[in-house]
Amino acid sequence: MTDNAVLSTQPHEAVRQPGLGPRGLARWAWRQLTSMRVALLLLFMLAVAAVPGSVFPQRGANPGDVLSYLDQHRTLGPWLDRLSMFDVYSAPWFAAIYLLLFVSLVGCVLPRSRQHVRALRSRPPATPRNLSRFADHRSFVTDAEPGAVVAGAREALRARWWRVDVTAETVAAEKGYLRETGNLLFHVALLFLLVGIALGALFGTHGSVIVVEGGSFANTLPQYDSFGAGRLASTSGLPPFSFTLRDFRASYERGGAQDGAPRSFEADLLVRDAPGASPRLQTVEVNSPLEVGGTKVFLIGHGYAPRITVRDKAGNVISSTAVPFLPRDGKFTSMGAIKIPDGGPTQFGFRGVFLPTARMDKVEGGTSTFPAADSPGLLLSLWTGDLGLDTGKPQSVYSLDTSRMKAGPLRSMRVGDTWTLPDGLGSITFDGVSEFASFNIAHDPGKEPVFFAAMAALAGLMLSLFVRRRRLWLRATVDGEGRTLVEVAGLAKSESGGLGRELDDLLARLPARPSDPYPAEEPA
Amino acid sequence: MSQQTFAQLSNGLVYGAMGVLTIAMFAYAAELAFGTRSRVGRGVAALAARESKVLVAAGGAVAAGAANGPLTAVPVARHLDGAEAVRQAAPERQRRADQFGGVAFSLTRLGLLLMVLSMVGRGLAARRAPWGNMYEFSVASAMVVLAVFVAVTRRRPELRYLGTFVIVPVLLTLGAAITFLYVPAGPLVPALKSYWLVIHVAAAIVCGGVFSLGGVVTVMYLLQDRWERRGVTNRLSRRLPPSDQLDQSAYRLFAFVFPLWTFAIVAGAIWAENAWGRYWNWDPKETWAFITWVVFAGYLHARATAGWSGRKAAAIALLGLSCFVFNYFGVNIWFTGLHSYGGLPNK
Ligand code: HEM
Repeated sequence: MTDNAVLSTQPHEAVRQPGLGPRGLARWAWRQLTSMRVALLLLFMLAVAAVPGSVFPQRGANPGDVLSYLDQHRTLGPWLDRLSMFDVYSAPWFAAIYLLLFVSLVGCVLPRSRQHVRALRSRPPATPRNLSRFADHRSFVTDAEPGAVVAGAREALRARWWRVDVTAETVAAEKGYLRETGNLLFHVALLFLLVGIALGALFGTHGSVIVVEGGSFANTLPQYDSFGAGRLASTSGLPPFSFTLRDFRASYERGGAQDGAPRSFEADLLVRDAPGASPRLQTVEVNSPLEVGGTKVFLIGHGYAPRITVRDKAGNVISSTAVPFLPRDGKFTSMGAIKIPDGGPTQFGFRGVFLPTARMDKVEGGTSTFPAADSPGLLLSLWTGDLGLDTGKPQSVYSLDTSRMKAGPLRSMRVGDTWTLPDGLGSITFDGVSEFASFNIAHDPGKEPVFFAAMAALAGLMLSLFVRRRRLWLRATVDGEGRTLVEVAGLAKSESGGLGRELDDLLARLPARPSDPYPAEEPA
Repeated sequence: MSQQTFAQLSNGLVYGAMGVLTIAMFAYAAELAFGTRSRVGRGVAALAARESKVLVAAGGAVAAGAANGPLTAVPVARHLDGAEAVRQAAPERQRRADQFGGVAFSLTRLGLLLMVLSMVGRGLAARRAPWGNMYEFSVASAMVVLAVFVAVTRRRPELRYLGTFVIVPVLLTLGAAITFLYVPAGPLVPALKSYWLVIHVAAAIVCGGVFSLGGVVTVMYLLQDRWERRGVTNRLSRRLPPSDQLDQSAYRLFAFVFPLWTFAIVAGAIWAENAWGRYWNWDPKETWAFITWVVFAGYLHARATAGWSGRKAAAIALLGLSCFVFNYFGVNIWFTGLHSYGGLPNK
């Protein structure tokens, strides 16, 4: 292991007593932090710290699941919450670990880079006196002059990209500096990776929106259903594109073991890059987003929006819209709500279940048997009273807050059906079905830096793991009988191996052939 | 041929491979139990004898021959004890048992061929790359384990003794695949139709194979190291390479696979960016890929940290392998996330 230390700039692990006083203590702490052992410990802590994020629901990904978890675990939940178990990857203790790791990384990489630059500029270390002590060692005698052997070795090594230093009788050569370069590149690239991630978190924006067929979206804050932005992101300067969802198509496997499995989703968008720009038609699919000036629009989901018309007692239209329903299962059984705050004698609304391929059963109620809208059915229950829209509490568009409402009758409807409501509320007509598509709209300025940092890290890693750093020495001296004794030896990192073959290869390419070829088999 | 025929053919080939590999497993075990040092062992022993002479003769003016072939790099002096004796004392019955090793290796290659054909058949049946659900990942990973084992054993014949310990997990994986994880061949859901996904999963499968093989070698290293420290010799310890070589072989496998694993994660992130708009979502699958990566980074670090190489580093590697396996099976079964596409039946 001591031999390895020679070929690497890895920090020495010598245990030194701290000097007295705060400066000594600080020095000692810094040395500890930047030691390999602490780096190892921090890596472990990072691995362990990432685990709870896979066990508990996370706010970033599934805020709804977190709420229901808190609901089910009334005592444990708040404690877990206090420990940031639902925001593991933005938790202070998680940040503390990786920031310490990166401080350690800087403290480790800086001195190693300095050392490596020095090594790059220096000559290969002089030939040791005793070459036979090396494990990889060869020797033979020849009639060639020492000078000729040295010159031949020099040429042979240079041809193979060794760095060579010669004296009259010795050759010292070294190769594989790229190993250390790669290692440093890898660690530095990790730093840049973190910077890229931070850029995205600070300057990025992401939001989501649901658009019904025929509907439009313009990229301004109020049009988003949900929106998040980094602390330093500008929300007023969103790129001013807009699009209309012309058509949405889904296809499903029909029959067989995978009946109903989705096969393709396509959304035809009419896109305007800026107000007034001429529109272009683009089809967005699940793995091929729309890109407008650094912002990307991803198709991430879809569902059905029953088209509903509500009329008052006199037959005047109060409301006529497509109402998106939230899909709940693979057959697209969907839940939704229709709210009529104005226009009737009182506020009223409907809870609804939409079934794209409805099978109505007297006992089981309705079920959907296929995700495509082959024979749509709608189950509605009427509620009258206060919709609670004025309480200021945020409401989901998919559900009805019935705490101040009275249940009315229930009705199952097919396309074209009209239901005349009791108590002079008017009527409701199920006109048809539109599809909606949900989009994620994201802008992440850190994406490219992260990508390039990852590529650099990968390149560095491969250099570091596949390049072998090794040294090789040759000495040619005149022995007692006037012939030339040639000795070669090599030293490599323990992991590499194969150095013996390299020595043999060098010997084979020396112009000075051994006159006593390899007296290997008989004892000297 | 119709897609249906290809699918049936593919399944039949998996059963065929399992049959062939089962025989191979018994043949490896027979060689281990009844054989002498076997052909490979004798080759190593003979070389040891030669090198020991060289060592004895090392007056500084002696060189080992360059023509020792691939075994040159094997310092086998430690295996020398009793090698001659074993060889000369071997009765005919044992020498016949040696042939089992060769048979086992041929059968392993046949099994590998059947599995490759099975995957081709599956690809033709489904008209896509044949690694789209857990059944297919499992068959593909098992195939990679065998392929890497065959490749490595060609370069280092002494690792052939690991045969039994490689075949057993391969058979278990195939058995689990065909019973619990089987789904009929078919196209993919739209989210999975992406070149990056094909690349990502292919890389992950190769990683799975190499990680597993590295794990087998690491376990053998820990056993051999234990026997060496206690001065115990037994049938297995005499046949396995010395512990430092096993350690080195395991390291080579892990060092080869770590950049590939890094690449698999990057390719997955590119796919995620294309599908969801974020390259990293911390869903359970990604989280455990990250944990596996960090643990193996720890392994590579440990090997360079004073007092942590050897057994401790090996333990870290096994921990990393456990994380990988957990990610593969556990996460698909227990957690739900963006990756819940394992295509498990009855779910
Ligand atoms: C973000 C945290 C880190 C990660 C993920 C990481 C990862 C790795 C990996 C994968 C290797 C092996 C491949 C190679 O040789 O390039 C390695 C090697 C190395 N790392 Fe790190 N590292 C981290 C932090 C550190 C820190 C803080 C130090 C300094 C204390 C450090 C010092 C080293 C050294 C010296 C080597 C070379 C070992 C050898 O000579 O073989 N690393 N690191």
